[in-house]
Amino acid sequence: MPGYNMPGSDWKQTDVVVVDQPELTLFERSYLPQVLGGMGTTLRHMFNVAKRSKNVVQYPEKKRELRKEIYRGVHRLNRDDQGRVACVACFMCETACPAHCIHIEGAEAPWEDREKYPIKFDIDELRCIYCGMCEEACPVDAIELTPEYQLVGQSRQEMIFDKEKLLMVFDRTKDDKPRKNPRITGY
Amino acid sequence: MKHPIFSAFIALSLGGMVALGLLLTFWEDIKMLLSDQFYFSLFLAVAVLGGIQTAVAYFILLERKISAWIQDRFGPNRVGPVGLLQPLADGVKLFLKEDIIPRHVDRALFVFAPFMAMVVALIAFAVIPWGGEFRWPWMAADAEPLVAQVASIHIGVIYILAVGSMGVYGVVLGGWSSNNKFAFYGAMRAAAQMLSYEVPLGLTVIIGVLTAGYLLPGPEATDAMRLEGVVAAQTGGWWLFVYHPVVALMLFIAALAEANRAPFDLAEAEQELIGGFHTEYSGMKWAMFFLGEYAHMITSSAFMACLFFGGFLVPSFVPGAEWINTSDAWLAMIVRIHVLAFKVLLFIAMYMVVRWTLPRFRFDQLMRVAWKALVPAGMLLLALQVLIIQFGWSQWVALVGNVVIFVVMVVASVLVSAGSPITGRQRSMIERDRGGLGANAGLQHAGL
Repeated sequence: MPGYNMPGSDWKQTDVVVVDQPELTLFERSYLPQVLGGMGTTLRHMFNVAKRSKNVVQYPEKKRELRKEIYRGVHRLNRDDQGRVACVACFMCETACPAHCIHIEGAEAPWEDREKYPIKFDIDELRCIYCGMCEEACPVDAIELTPEYQLVGQSRQEMIFDKEKLLMVFDRTKDDKPRKNPRITGY
Repeated sequence: MKHPIFSAFIALSLGGMVALGLLLTFWEDIKMLLSDQFYFSLFLAVAVLGGIQTAVAYFILLERKISAWIQDRFGPNRVGPVGLLQPLADGVKLFLKEDIIPRHVDRALFVFAPFMAMVVALIAFAVIPWGGEFRWPWMAADAEPLVAQVASIHIGVIYILAVGSMGVYGVVLGGWSSNNKFAFYGAMRAAAQMLSYEVPLGLTVIIGVLTAGYLLPGPEATDAMRLEGVVAAQTGGWWLFVYHPVVALMLFIAALAEANRAPFDLAEAEQELIGGFHTEYSGMKWAMFFLGEYAHMITSSAFMACLFFGGFLVPSFVPGAEWINTSDAWLAMIVRIHVLAFKVLLFIAMYMVVRWTLPRFRFDQLMRVAWKALVPAGMLLLALQVLIIQFGWSQWVALVGNVVIFVVMVVASVLVSAGSPITGRQRSMIERDRGGLGANAGLQHAGL
């Protein structure tokens, strides 16, 4: 790499801060107090029943309280006020998706108020990394991530959620997490 | 009523009834057999084997529990009440798992190695004195008392050392026959480590035996080569760790290394060697290595308990200590077995807390601990004990010597390492400050 550490390249030697490890004191070098101190720490945790009772959530019986408005779980496709799919098949989410897990096929919309709608909308839930970029990208807030995190299936095929399935997710989570801006596009 | 659990229940209760019937029918003969040392030893061997294997399964559960508690978790608590049936579930899982033998391995040795590891760990129990001497209530009061020990041989201590050090064969054979570089590295590390720690282990054991022989009354001094003799030397007096605390600590460290336990588990260092020597093993063969390791832990704990911590004896401040320690009633024998088991449990809990506290040694550190600390200290203490015996000094001189040598070792190690860096990084920093290496030396060296 020519010129990598030459003067005038984009970093200078003076930018580099070398941090030395602090010297061990004589007491620390005798080693045994440190060992015993470590044992003390682990034993303290071992007998601290209150702490683990407080912090551990016994999962199937109890569940964590989620911050539902920001939790990034399974996707849903929102319906508008007339129950139609809100998506306008603009492909913004498919473009934004870093994992390439969204596949849309658009078609001319049968309705007056928009030009396109998706006839196919597949999300591979196994490929998805749940980053929420699709939600950010959507101009009509049609795709959203829900607080639903129990995602199981018997096969890979089953984990590719199509339009119907995503709309079903909306139907069962709309009370938990209402649509953000139902009238954002005016229709 | 077609559920398999019902069938199993019916089969078990039928079997139990048959067994009970046999027991009642042949009760007189069984009594006679149990009064004979040979048959009692056979019976005890079977009981101990079964007990140890169950204990191993539950120690694995205990280890998982302790690691969980230390990390503020609960550990396995789903199978049975508070997870108590987890070993059963683990066992079923391991039995049903596919037992893969890779094509490139040395088949015979590959199959043989886990058995080696386990059998060697199990046979060492033969000389552990579990409960001392006792008589059954149906035996004559002046009959020769039975010994609750599988084999009371004259060289019990040597036997344990010899058999215990054979444990490395399982590891080395497993690693070598796997024909895998990581397994091989693990096996090599294990071999070097075991060889090194045999020396301090031997030294500490010799010190214990010598001390026991010195404490025993003159004509019985040679009994100190048997573990029951060592325990007898501690009956009614101080336990040996009171005279030799540092030696007991050294024995504990060496036993950790011999059992391949953290912080000496370099042979299976997951981060560097995948699984170490058991990389290629799966299913029950893999489990056998672990049964072997835990059985080894139990052996070494029982050995330590007998050698330095009074074996099946209880300290004299415990109510009824006199009866428990010396009575020949069979109930006292049962209590003594439980006392030893309790001590073993304490040691194993300590093994586990150590494992989940201390980071693994680097290999050079491991060797340094053995050859530069344990071996010289062991030799000095051995010389001291020999002097005590030769000149008939009080045994308490050993305690003074222990403390002095401990202080000297700590001070010496601090002084030796004073001014010299502890880690490789610090060394490179010091060389840089001296101008030995340019600030960019690393980059330039790499051709950047």
